[in-house]
Amino acid sequence: MITAGVDCGSKNVRVVIVKDGEIMAQSMAPAGMDTANAAQEAYDKALAEAGIAAGDIEKVVATGAGKNEPGFKDDDVTEVGADARGAVHLFPDARTVIDVGAEEGRAIKIDAQGKVIDFAINEKCAAGAGAFTESMARALEVKLEELGPLSLESTQAIPMNAQCAVFAESEVVTLVHKKTSKQDMARAIHDAIADRITSMVRRVGIEEKIVLIGGVSYNIGFVKSLEEDLETKVLIPERPEFVGALGAALVAASK
Amino acid sequence: MTEDYRMVKEGKGAEYWRWTESRWTNPDLDWKQGEVVSAGVDVGSVSTQAVVMVDGKLYAYSNMRTGSDSPESANKAIEWAFEGTGLTLDNLKATVGTGYGRVNVPFATKAITEIACHARGANFMYGPTVRTVLDMGGQDCKAIHCDEKGKVKAFLMNDKCAAGTGRGMEVFADLLGVHINDVGEMSLSVEEEPPPVSSTCVVFAKSEASGLLREGWDKEKVLAAYCSAMAHRIVDLLERIGVEKEFAITGGIAKNPGVVKRLAKELNIEPLPTDMDTQIAGAMGGALFARALYLKKMKKK
Amino acid sequence: MLANYGYKDGSGDFFITIDTDKCDGCGACVEACPAKVLELVENEFDLDAETDVAAVTEEHKKKIKYSCGPCKPAHGYKTEDLPCVQACKPGAIEHSW
Repeated sequence: MITAGVDCGSKNVRVVIVKDGEIMAQSMAPAGMDTANAAQEAYDKALAEAGIAAGDIEKVVATGAGKNEPGFKDDDVTEVGADARGAVHLFPDARTVIDVGAEEGRAIKIDAQGKVIDFAINEKCAAGAGAFTESMARALEVKLEELGPLSLESTQAIPMNAQCAVFAESEVVTLVHKKTSKQDMARAIHDAIADRITSMVRRVGIEEKIVLIGGVSYNIGFVKSLEEDLETKVLIPERPEFVGALGAALVAASK
Repeated sequence: MTEDYRMVKEGKGAEYWRWTESRWTNPDLDWKQGEVVSAGVDVGSVSTQAVVMVDGKLYAYSNMRTGSDSPESANKAIEWAFEGTGLTLDNLKATVGTGYGRVNVPFATKAITEIACHARGANFMYGPTVRTVLDMGGQDCKAIHCDEKGKVKAFLMNDKCAAGTGRGMEVFADLLGVHINDVGEMSLSVEEEPPPVSSTCVVFAKSEASGLLREGWDKEKVLAAYCSAMAHRIVDLLERIGVEKEFAITGGIAKNPGVVKRLAKELNIEPLPTDMDTQIAGAMGGALFARALYLKKMKKK
Repeated sequence: MLANYGYKDGSGDFFITIDTDKCDGCGACVEACPAKVLELVENEFDLDAETDVAAVTEEHKKKIKYSCGPCKPAHGYKTEDLPCVQACKPGAIEHSW
């Protein structure tokens, strides 16, 4: 059976096509102003990559903030449900799933059967999501991809006082003037967001194995700070940003 | 902490801040004729004010930028307030330090939280009928509920989140390339009130605004949507402490009619007018407390 | 006097309210809080007050949503069961979330 999952995030739309539990194709398109359009674009790309036609897909399930947008979806599933399903598929012994996306952070607790028991969400505030690191990279005048490697070279932990991304930008600028090294500042940034994410995870309980998904998982500086805070290692899939769409495709196959 | 709202970045990329420092002496008073000269110094993260009062009447004040360290800023502010008056620190019977750097005022008799000082100062400025004071600074937002003596009955202070602060408005002015002083009037020039920006978080509201601009909204409409969102947010905050007449607004936002008019409409209460510089409310409250503390000490003796 | 410590941000309202008229400065809440969010301070709002009152520390004011997290598990909790609220005999402490 071939099914598709569409994850309509705030920044990007991602599509995964699955055949009998195996990934056939994964593609993405920037959400832009029109999520419905972006979803169609990502879907067409994925179909082309898989070498199949829309008619070959048995069912399409959408997830993400814009899950009602794609005109071609048959059903939808919550982000929490999709994340858990995708993560458990990749790591069957996962008990905690942490998803850090551009605009939202989520912590999900699942039982041995892969069923969601609890979840906590950080939303509508940039301080608890990837948007925080984006703002900070801008303030530091480094590329977002450089932020992680930079922080690994840090020699000391310095605290950040501001919580709000807007105020933290000013704090970063002040620290630059005080000649604090970019390395130490990058670490301070990651420590700050990791601290907030960890506190959210504690609300559902920290239980291994812990799977980290979402685009921010690519940031090795954040991962290091998070692992220090959690006092344990996290498992990261090869394409952490596609796990939600994968989960939706798997839900489509079982519904 | 109200003033960086009025500072404006000028020139592309150049970090040029414009904001006028000021001082004033009451020409109708002679401190030498008075009994108790007291002072209040409000050391904020951005600006510092010093207020000198003679027998509970406003005598002199200064309002200047906070330097890199608080004690130095406090010294400079009081010296500037003294300028041309012949006053020295020795003439002060009591001084209260307040604001962010309140414990770092070297010549202070006591440090008192800015909330208490602000309420006391507003009571003096607006008169005893004021019950609700909203102070929107550059980096914080305070809502205070007080009695006829200026004593705080309830308060909340939000300095965690930039939404609802001068900084939030500045981010928008920057995004649209509009002078911060023009934001209010421009936002009021729309023919029809647009729906408010839906994101509270300034970072997300900024992306939302960029989207609206791409959709073809003009700057005025975007500003109207943001001023209205800010007014909503303030009403929400005020509800926690309860809004009672009379109502006064201080801080940078008091100068933005785009927010003030929408706020007044939503609350159905007109804010009280004043011709004083509302930035000195905290320092003024400090000077009033200093006087009260001195009189109390004298009574005990 | 109702002192509201905390903040409102896009994600919600996070305020700890301390009624300084009820607070007798016993410090039981300070002891009870596992995250050390509370402290006793001089009552700067009432210069005639003779006892200290409880307040949220400067360190935690801007992050109480996170600091109070351990006492607020995702599967549910009642604010009246929180350690600080339980410890306060005069009933001076409230949480908005």
